[in-house]
Formats: sequence, structure tokens, C-alpha cells
Amino acid sequence: GLFVWRLTGTGPRPSPCQLLPLCQAASHRLATFQYFSFLKRMYVTQYNKDLSQRAKPKSEPVVSPFHELQQLDQEKKVIHKISPIPPVHQPWPETSRRNELRGVKSAAQTEGSVTAGRAESTEGRQWKEMKLQLEELPGILARLSKIKLTALVVSTASAGFAMAPVPFDLPCFLLASLGTGLASCAANSINQFFEVPFDSNMNRTKNRPLVRGQLSPLLAVCFAASCGIPGIALLTLAVNPLTGALGAFNIFLYTCCYTPLKRMSIANTWVGAVVGAIPPVMGWTAATGTLDAGALLLGGILYSWQFPHFNALSWGLREDYSRGGYCMMSVTHPGLCRRVALRHCLALIGLSAVAPVLDITTWTFPIISLPINLYISYLGFRFYKDADRSSSRKLFFCSLWHLPMLLLVMFTCKKSVLEKEDKGDLRGQSHGRAMEIRLP
Amino acid sequence: PPAHSHSDWIGPPDKHSNLRPIIFHVPPEESPLERRLREARQEAQACNQRFWARHNRAFHQEKEEFIYSRLKAKGLEMRDETGQKATLNAEEMADFYKDFLSKNFSKHMQYNRDWYKHNFTITFLMGQVALARALRWLRWRKKNVE
Repeated sequence: GLFVWRLTGTGPRPSPCQLLPLCQAASHRLATFQYFSFLKRMYVTQYNKDLSQRAKPKSEPVVSPFHELQQLDQEKKVIHKISPIPPVHQPWPETSRRNELRGVKSAAQTEGSVTAGRAESTEGRQWKEMKLQLEELPGILARLSKIKLTALVVSTASAGFAMAPVPFDLPCFLLASLGTGLASCAANSINQFFEVPFDSNMNRTKNRPLVRGQLSPLLAVCFAASCGIPGIALLTLAVNPLTGALGAFNIFLYTCCYTPLKRMSIANTWVGAVVGAIPPVMGWTAATGTLDAGALLLGGILYSWQFPHFNALSWGLREDYSRGGYCMMSVTHPGLCRRVALRHCLALIGLSAVAPVLDITTWTFPIISLPINLYISYLGFRFYKDADRSSSRKLFFCSLWHLPMLLLVMFTCKKSVLEKEDKGDLRGQSHGRAMEIRLP
Repeated sequence: PPAHSHSDWIGPPDKHSNLRPIIFHVPPEESPLERRLREARQEAQACNQRFWARHNRAFHQEKEEFIYSRLKAKGLEMRDETGQKATLNAEEMADFYKDFLSKNFSKHMQYNRDWYKHNFTITFLMGQVALARALRWLRWRKKNVE
């Protein structure tokens, strides 16, 4: 929802009237900026992978550099801000409890001069009080939990649930989705908690809540715990222990394996692909209670999809990764990067062909999905051969619509539950009920 | 930040380190625990600032040098006829990125360890401080009620 990107600049501030015009000026620009990044973020991915963003022009901070002692700088910074307008009044006493701050007077002058700050453009370039703004909390938490990515994860889990060869159970479906969503929120929050200085240095991630000081690390951890623990408990107790275990394992894999591994070895991409593959497996186990071949196939399809998707994306982020110290194939092993992407595009074709063999779908599925699988493989091949920006972008954007379409086709080609009666897959449901819920 | 404020203030990203500096508020009745927390945060901030400022500067410098040497090898100038700064395309820069990453790998490993240590310590201290404050507030409430 767009509400997530609602301006934080319009809320009431602790030092109200002085900064309000500032905020209004800022908020207009921020509106366009955030709306635009919202549109860009529509193309979002699995929760282990970096988002795609056209590199935003790196905003040059207007203020002068930060010094260890922060004193002179504070003064300089503030004087720079208020240069066109003479100080109106000096309400504050010279003495300050904070011996670090000698620039109190100047700071006060800034407070006094209302319209001075037109030079400062966006919110992110002002000094802000580090106090939790309750009215902004929903937005902050949404960004902390990467809500859009979470939504995508939940939808892949729902796809897993829907593909399971059992009659559709709505309460179970809702509980599983909720549990998965909460687990994803927790994992994403911990990921952001671990990555604050690195996120600050990359264009894509520098506006995250912890980077901007909008909430404290303690709160982030508490939020993660308050999402993760109920989420996993819900999955374990209300759905089934297997799903709960998978959820907990996935959180662990993402936060304790993938996140640190990103900075240590290129193996992180494979771990991340597993993280992305587990949600549909969770959906399946939530429906059936068992981990059977169909679950693994779905997981396999998502696993393979991660590679063309992420490798293509990472091709454009090489500079940021290199500077930030992230070990990604696109930087260290570019040939491997492209080979793996192509390999997995082709694997998708193979996996789609296996689906009917396992009785998950009819034989129409590999046939109908062949065009899109061939297309992504073609783009993967082009990326492999050309190894340039445009081919990587094409592959990335293709992966964005390829997955939903593949899952949709899969669902429409799903083998009807009724035909499975003989195999005894139904969980004690009557034949009559099964007839009603029969899928097209 | 104004003198009367009771909270910390966070500023815009630093030009070199891209980190946002925080000015910590020192309350007059700061407990030893709170002081430990504040000092831990200040130390972490200083450490991070040092690392990233140096690292980013090195990156930009080495990047310039790389571009310069490559352009020279190709027989081109830093600026072309129109006065625009000449750049190399992404594929040529890829060699530099790979090189830079592997050169700085051990530096990053060390930094990662330090950062995780700082992060956990600070968060744990924050938890302790929050708990202490909560208990204090409860005691105050009880006293007022009686």
C-alpha cells in the first residue's frame, strides 16, 4: 500500500513551528521522491534478495564533514544554514550541559530563524531528535520489516499451499500465511539490525529506519522478537510443527547464515536461494503436513528462479558491493555469475517438466510454461554472452513477471484433487466435500 | 540541537563515511550503567566513522588512479574535448571492483567482527538501561500512590 510511504515530514515535531516550513518544503520533494521509489519498489523480490533500484543519484549532503569532536563542525554547519538571514534572537543561555557542544548559540539561532532552512532540501539532511515518533511508527515498522518483500514471501507460501493436493482449508491457509508473514518480518528486521553501517553506505538502502535513527536497535530487536516468536508459535501450534520448524529454520538461515555470509563468501547466494525456496515448501507442509516430492519441486522452482533474478540484479550494483565489502559473484567471479544464471534458467524448464511426473500438475503445464521458460532462458543466454548492463536489466525485469506467471499457470494446470482420490491423499474428507472443492 | 533537549540528535550523513553522526545527551543524573551505554555508543560511532571515512576515501582515490592509468594506457586524457570527465564503462571498471574487494577482504573481516561485537554490546546495554528505567519508574509510581 501507498500508505507505507506516507510522508514522515508532515507529523508534528518536538520543536514545532521553527521546522515546519522546512518540513513542508522538504515534504514536497520527498513526496515525489518517495512516490517514485515506491513505483520502483513495485518490482520487489524474495526476502533474501536485494531490491532492484535504478541507482538514485547520490545526494550530496549540504553540510560540511563530520569531525570526531563535533564541536566546530556543529557551529559551521549551523552557520552555513542560516547565512542569508540574520539571527532573530538568542533565547538559549550560553552554558550547555553538553560540553561537546560549543555551538549552542548558533544552534539556537537556527531554531529562531524560521525560513532560513530553505537551503536544506530533504528531511534526511537535517538534524533530527532521536525520539520515537509514535505517529510514524507504522511506517517505520513497515520499512523495518520490508513489508512488500514480506508480502511477496507470503504469496509464494500461499502458492505452495494452493498447489498442495488437498482440499482447500481456509482457516489453515490464513494462519499459515499470517505465521509466515510474521516470521518474515522478524527475519527482515534482524537483517537490518545487523547491517546498519553497510546499509548507510549503499545507495539502495541508506534510507532504512535504523540507518536514519528513527528507532533504536533495541526496539528493532524487540519488534523482531514480538513478530518472530508469535509467528513461529502460530505455525507450530495452529498449523503443524513441521511448518513451524521450517519457519524457524528459515529465520535462522537468513539472519545467521545469509547475512553474515554476504560479507564473507559468494556462497551467500546459494544460501539465499534456499531461503527464498523455503516459503512455498512451508505453504505446502501447512496444507498437507508432510514434506513430499511436490513440496521439494516447488521449492526447487523457486530456488532456481533466484539465480537469474539475483545475478542479473547484482550485475548493476557491482560498485556498491565492492565498496561495501560484499562478496558477490558479480564482482569476484563474473563468468560464474552469468553461467549460473543461465544454468538455472534452463533448470526451470526441466523442473516444470517434472511437475506432471509428480502428479502436481497435468501435462499442459510444461507445455504452456515452455514459452516463458524459453524466453527467460534466452535472456539468460544473452546475459551470458553479452555480459552488459542492458542484458542484465532485461533478464532481471523478465524474472519479475516470469515467476508470478509461472506460478499462475501452475495453479491453473493443477491436477484436480478428485483425480487423486485413488491415491488416498485426502485427509479424511468426505467424497462429497471433495467434489465441491474440485478445482477447474 | 537545542540545549534544552533531553534526547540524542542524529544528523545528516557524513560526506566521507556516509554514517549519520549522533550527538548524545548527557543527563545530569546519569547512572553508571547509562554512562557505560553512552560511552559504548560513542566508541562504536568513532570506530565506524574512522573505518568508513578511510575506506571510502581509499576507494575513491584508487578508483581515480585506476581510471587515470587505464585512460593513459588507451592514450586518452582525463577530460575530453567538451571538458567532461572521461569515464570507463562498467566492464572495464569491473576489474577494479574485483581487485578492490579482494584487497580489502581481511580488513572487512576484522571490521565485521568489531561491528557485531559493538552492536550486540550496545543493544544489550540498551536493554539493561531500559529495564533499570522501567523498574525505577515503577518504584516512583508506587511511592506516589502511597
